[in-house]
Amino acid sequence: MADRKFPISTAPFLKGETTTPGIMLHVLLTLLPVVALAFYFFGLSALLLLMSTSLGCLLTEWFFNKNTTKKYSVWDGSALLTGVLLALTLPPGFPLWMAFLGGVVAIGMGKLIWGGLGQNIFNPALLGRAFLQAAFPTAITTWSEPNGRYLALRGTNLAPPLYGAENIEGITSATPLSKMKFDQVPTALHDLLWGNTGGSLGETCGVILLVIGIYLVVRKVINWRIPASVLLTVVVLSGIIYLINPGQYPSPLFMVFSGGLLLGTVYMATDPVTSPLSAKGLWVFGIGIGVLVVLIRIWGGLPEGVMYAILLMNAFTPLINRYIKIRTFGHKK
Amino acid sequence: MDTTHQHNGSTLTFPHGIHPDDNKGYTQALPIERMPFSDDYILPLSQHIGAPSKAIVTKGQQVKRGQMIAEPGGFVSVALHAPVDGTVTDIGLYPGQNGQENLSVRIKTDHFSSQQFEPVKVPDYRQMDLPEFIRHVQNSGLVGLGGAAFPAHVKFSIPEGKRCRYLMVNGCECEPFLTSDDRLMIEYGEDLVNGMMILNHFLGAEKIYIAVEQNKPEALANLRKIVKEGDLPMEVVALKTKYPQGAEKMMIKAILGLEVPSGKLPVDIDVLVSNVGSITALSQYFSTGMPLIERVITVSGSAINRPANVMVPLGTSIRELIDWCGGIKDGVTRVLFGGPMMGMVQKSINTPVVKGTSGILVLSDREVRDLNQYNCIRCGRCIDACPLYLNPCLLGLQAKKGLWEEMEENNIMDCFECASCSYVCPSSIPLVQSFRVAKGFLREKKTRDKETANG
Ligand code: SF4
Ligand code: SF4
Repeated sequence: MADRKFPISTAPFLKGETTTPGIMLHVLLTLLPVVALAFYFFGLSALLLLMSTSLGCLLTEWFFNKNTTKKYSVWDGSALLTGVLLALTLPPGFPLWMAFLGGVVAIGMGKLIWGGLGQNIFNPALLGRAFLQAAFPTAITTWSEPNGRYLALRGTNLAPPLYGAENIEGITSATPLSKMKFDQVPTALHDLLWGNTGGSLGETCGVILLVIGIYLVVRKVINWRIPASVLLTVVVLSGIIYLINPGQYPSPLFMVFSGGLLLGTVYMATDPVTSPLSAKGLWVFGIGIGVLVVLIRIWGGLPEGVMYAILLMNAFTPLINRYIKIRTFGHKK
Repeated sequence: MDTTHQHNGSTLTFPHGIHPDDNKGYTQALPIERMPFSDDYILPLSQHIGAPSKAIVTKGQQVKRGQMIAEPGGFVSVALHAPVDGTVTDIGLYPGQNGQENLSVRIKTDHFSSQQFEPVKVPDYRQMDLPEFIRHVQNSGLVGLGGAAFPAHVKFSIPEGKRCRYLMVNGCECEPFLTSDDRLMIEYGEDLVNGMMILNHFLGAEKIYIAVEQNKPEALANLRKIVKEGDLPMEVVALKTKYPQGAEKMMIKAILGLEVPSGKLPVDIDVLVSNVGSITALSQYFSTGMPLIERVITVSGSAINRPANVMVPLGTSIRELIDWCGGIKDGVTRVLFGGPMMGMVQKSINTPVVKGTSGILVLSDREVRDLNQYNCIRCGRCIDACPLYLNPCLLGLQAKKGLWEEMEENNIMDCFECASCSYVCPSSIPLVQSFRVAKGFLREKKTRDKETANG
């Protein structure tokens, strides 16, 4: 070994355990209970929708990346995560072909055209959802009540491609938010907490989402500042409005547990790619989402505003990153 | 400023930082052992920052252990001494740790000598004034033994108009694997404390701190006992185990709550930090007259057969030291000098131990893993890790595009390359690696600009 040569590289020679696919997998695993509940409430429809969106996402990721050197991008878990999250924002009776298309758009327009993982401005799942809302406004607001028949399909899952849901008979019921908004009929809090209401696949059981959110914060998978600032803002702002006229406006608890607020707060607003970097920036971001949600829900034309609130704040994120700088150690305040 | 700062709380630390596995279990409990004398020693004349030493011996000359063989080559330079009784066999070029050939003095050991160190005269610091003390420190060959190898006497020369209110000894040793300072604090605690008293005789600091991370309970207990029994005017502070707690700036932040301003030195906020090895060596010089001719080195890692803390004469061949530690196992992936976070990788082990060699790590793929790189997901983990509150995420994206000027605006020059950001990045982006390149480029550009400006 007189003149043995050893391999070289530069420090550091130790590396933390957390990897990007590891984070994606972790988040995906926390979604299992949500998926299980979706199955419990909406049966086979839930699984079929999950498969459709995921397939749309994975195929798109695979197709567009297969000619590049980054062949493994389809395995990094982020496309699957987008697919699952997208499905959870859809109504149970949503046509599968539309869901698949939503997945394609989410990854194609939401991620790949920006340059792939980490480069996009908007949360891909929500971008896919926004596309579906614009393209199929009726289908995406056709809700069915949860019931216990696991193998029965809800609504118009099997509508053939290019047929809108409106052409086929669907069971339509209202969500707690639309009942509140258009009829001023509040839903019993008990039903909201446990998810026994109409709504998208993943926005039914608030308690579960709250527990998962706390878990993700404790494990430092998501930044606590986002859920804290969003929820605090919603509670305080809607609390003030509620106190002004309790008869007409929803209570803060109703605001938190209805619709997609918890799902959006825990899983979409916290998407690191599309949220600011600095602590202060995160507060601005979260408060912005909270304010927008309350404004849209109470005074806007739509019953639900979480999606638009997050997308709008996503758009502001580069600006927030630019103007809220972190002070370097040893530099003036 | 408040000098009655309370340190009863045991969780003093700085914000941010990381918690790598400290891997100190390999050697933490092993007493310092002495390596037998080798046949041959090679002593590069430039083992410190600054001008190389100037050889004052000639080929064929007999030298005694501890005899000066090279004198300081300027103010920012120190002397060099023979580690053994022997004969100078060559003064020529030998491969060094920097990968280049360095002018070195080669000494063949006299095997009939007892190798006892015989001081000419033990210097009495109480009879000295400051300039004389500084001269002595310079002639004892002392440099910062934490790795940087900056001449100690230069650091101890407080610039005009500045003063040292707080004197600190850095016993954090936050780099994983390394335990040489830990062992020194356990086995040579008296010397360490004595060295602080000697140094402070000249500096006159109001407060003396010995800072030790909490993962060294034995060292903490030993030093506390010595300080208490001697009723000495110094405080042993336990700092939270966190990397890079041992960076001067981080240590000062933890103890005093002060930030060293960007581009300045600790002395600019009245602080002087020295390290355990240097202060122990200082004490030994002033009590026995023995200059810096040996040092403690941690030899560790998953691919070394017998990890150990070894007292090694300077100039010892690294290969012989590794052999003394049982040699290298199969499956070695890297050999490096220093710790795994900031150490220097070595292509060859045919180089000598120098003053700045704090550790030799022989790693396998247990430590060095080859990970897939992914795009930045803007998770902010690097931001939460950076002890200087830099934005490695943004800097990394800018480095990828070669936006050096933008990086300069984002204070890349403040980065001290602790590698915390690279350690935490889940996408395995070579952040600090690219920052080194950027800093090198910017430094070069600065010199070039200066040259053009000067015509
Ligand atoms: S840790 Fe890595 S992935 Fe996360 S923000 Fe920093 S550079 Fe990007
Ligand atoms: S290497 Fe530089 S940028 Fe990275 S954490 Fe250390 S100081 Fe910050």
